[in-house]
Amino acid sequence: MFDHGKIERNSILLVIGIILVISIGGIVEIAPLFYLESTIEKVKGVRPYTPLELAGRNIYIREGCYNCHSQMVRPFKDELERYGHYSLAAESMYDHPFQWGSKRTGPDLARVGGKYSDEWHRTHLRDPRALVPESVMPGYPFLAENKVRSRDIADHLRANRVVGVPYTDEMIASAQTDMNAQANPDADGAEDVVKRYPGASVRDFDGNPGTPSELDALIAYLQVLGTMVDFSTYNAKENLR
Amino acid sequence: MNILTIIPLGLGALLGLYLSAGAVDTILYIHGLLLCVFCFVGIFLVIKAGGNTGEPANPKSLIKYNDSVVRAGMIATTIWGVVGFTVGLVIALQLAFPVLNLDLPWTSFGRLRPLHTSAVIFAFGGNALIMTSFYVVQRTCQARLAGGFAPWFVFWGYQLVIVLAATGYVFGITQGREYAEPEWYVDLWLTIVWVVYLLVFLGTLWKRKEPHIYVANWFYLAFILTIAVLHIVNNLAFPVSWFGTKSYSLFSGVQDALTQWWYGHNAVGFFLTAGFLGIMYYFVPKQANRPVYSYRLSIVHFWSLIFLYIWAGPHHLHYTALPDWAQTLGMTFSIMLWMPSWGGMINGLMTLSGAWDKLRTDPILRMMAISVAFYGMSTFEGPLMSIKSVNALSHYTDWTIGHVHSGALGWVGMVSFGAIYFLAPKMFNREKLYSLRLVSMHFWLATLGIALYAAAMWVSGILQGLMWRSYDALGFLEYSFAETVAAMHPFYIIRAAGGGLFLLGALIMAYNVYRTAKGDVRTEKPYVDALAHTASA
Repeated sequence: MFDHGKIERNSILLVIGIILVISIGGIVEIAPLFYLESTIEKVKGVRPYTPLELAGRNIYIREGCYNCHSQMVRPFKDELERYGHYSLAAESMYDHPFQWGSKRTGPDLARVGGKYSDEWHRTHLRDPRALVPESVMPGYPFLAENKVRSRDIADHLRANRVVGVPYTDEMIASAQTDMNAQANPDADGAEDVVKRYPGASVRDFDGNPGTPSELDALIAYLQVLGTMVDFSTYNAKENLR
Repeated sequence: MNILTIIPLGLGALLGLYLSAGAVDTILYIHGLLLCVFCFVGIFLVIKAGGNTGEPANPKSLIKYNDSVVRAGMIATTIWGVVGFTVGLVIALQLAFPVLNLDLPWTSFGRLRPLHTSAVIFAFGGNALIMTSFYVVQRTCQARLAGGFAPWFVFWGYQLVIVLAATGYVFGITQGREYAEPEWYVDLWLTIVWVVYLLVFLGTLWKRKEPHIYVANWFYLAFILTIAVLHIVNNLAFPVSWFGTKSYSLFSGVQDALTQWWYGHNAVGFFLTAGFLGIMYYFVPKQANRPVYSYRLSIVHFWSLIFLYIWAGPHHLHYTALPDWAQTLGMTFSIMLWMPSWGGMINGLMTLSGAWDKLRTDPILRMMAISVAFYGMSTFEGPLMSIKSVNALSHYTDWTIGHVHSGALGWVGMVSFGAIYFLAPKMFNREKLYSLRLVSMHFWLATLGIALYAAAMWVSGILQGLMWRSYDALGFLEYSFAETVAAMHPFYIIRAAGGGLFLLGALIMAYNVYRTAKGDVRTEKPYVDALAHTASA
């Protein structure tokens, strides 16, 4: 008969027992996600964020937007109608960290890209209740005032490459120019941004030309959310898992 | 011994200065300086203390317990509790009245919400766990805490983690991972503190004079070990600069999501459950003056609880892009988890067998009993919500918020209050607590507060979930998102009222502890033991 007294008289046995018992679940559930190829769907179009979008994403994280907004449309009829196609794992494969969220105090943002105009976002971020009277979202008037930090953006791309995002040497070298050019369509190198990042929008997001503001960056990020995958070519059946 | 403490602290001071000197952003500059100041003050205090690393609260104690650090932890728990509940009330009011966000970066909901969750879970809860574990392991081992100044390093080092994390949040320094928001350098500092904590705990176990390790210590040990594993794996990240605050997590997308919720759910499972079960297993039998109900049940539920909990993470990701097999596995284990959870509840509540009458005359025991009852309720609700079809409705809504608060306020909060009331007279070497009537008042305020909170969130959560999926007769979605937000307003006010009552109770506790420390005793009608009364009559 097994005698539990042996374990409770020996702290090292207790430590080993605990470590063994708590390791099993994590190994069985998490480890396969790293090698099962079916984990991430085969789709075309998902690319790394442009430097401006990445900076915008960092502002999204900084302000804690994930506390109230999810980025994960579930495959239910009402969510498909309200938000669009259900989210794919592939759409966040370059997201370090993921921002799926856990609460919808505000609506899901996984497919907010292209749904509203830049001007709508500008007004809404400054004073949400000017456009949506029922909203309980904080206002972010300071975003338009702050210039987005660009001097170390290349380091950000480099750090992303270390953790697995396929930024090329060329993308890293031109990160700072790309960042400025994406918000200034008349600037030199504006066309190169689209060449390096297919489908990227190059325009003055905050309506204020010149050095990009944090508002430029955040709107650039919001406008690209959920727009990368071309769903007309997506084969849902093949990717069932 | 002193020199062994001073050298690492000196190195820490140098490191802080070095980080600060090279810092590429203001916050790391300030945080580096903070580390430097922390270490210098530490060195000063160590020298000033001479060899005195802490004394027993009762000078007559035969064993030279280190109660000084427990007392410090008890005070910190009380203060952080009040701070955390206050921030909670502020953000609850912000949701009801968004103008309170003030349109400033430092006061917006998105930055204050992590401040609230970290303050209550890690500052209030963490201090409660550290101080009670230090108390329990000494008493059950009949041995003084191991490691000289090490317990003090754990205590103050942990406070530094809290200060670094909290000041970071307000200035927008966050990893964007729920309940794991502190950035890479704070994570590294916490890792150091945590390893020393583990060594102090194990070192004290090794000095024990009892052959058996008491059941409360199994739970504390599982909590310390598992939190170390979860913390390290979930926070793997690569910093943009070694002199900057920002980092990018090692994992991305779906793998990152499951790693995070493996961490997130087990922060609940091991921080807020296993650790607090350790509190229950010592303080409930002590206060009731009865042995633990079942030794066998404690063995079975301990091993099954820690085995099953670790699987439950995927229930936070139902119907997401996480593969279906992982979701189903997570749901299955979450439902099974109901059994060991109730094993713990039964063992705690049934410890009151033969002492039920004390619930009438001992408000401290009443507080502990209701905490175990709330534990039972939340651990029934949890498995229910992990069922995919239920989760389809509850996920993303306030129901989750209500669930978490019935566990956090009801179970974690109440059992910690019970432990504080138990310890306060002992740690200040007083005959008794300042006032038992005030404990009773705290009990009723807190219970009523939780009832309001949970009820409001059940209604608002289920209401909003149903509104989102509601169709009109013509087959269109019936409500815009904004309409469902407007419908939440009355419930957000009720929730804030509930939180306010809970905070009021905690303030009364802080006052009670303060007066106990001063050695005062309130003139009040005493609780009369009904049985003793009858017997003497």
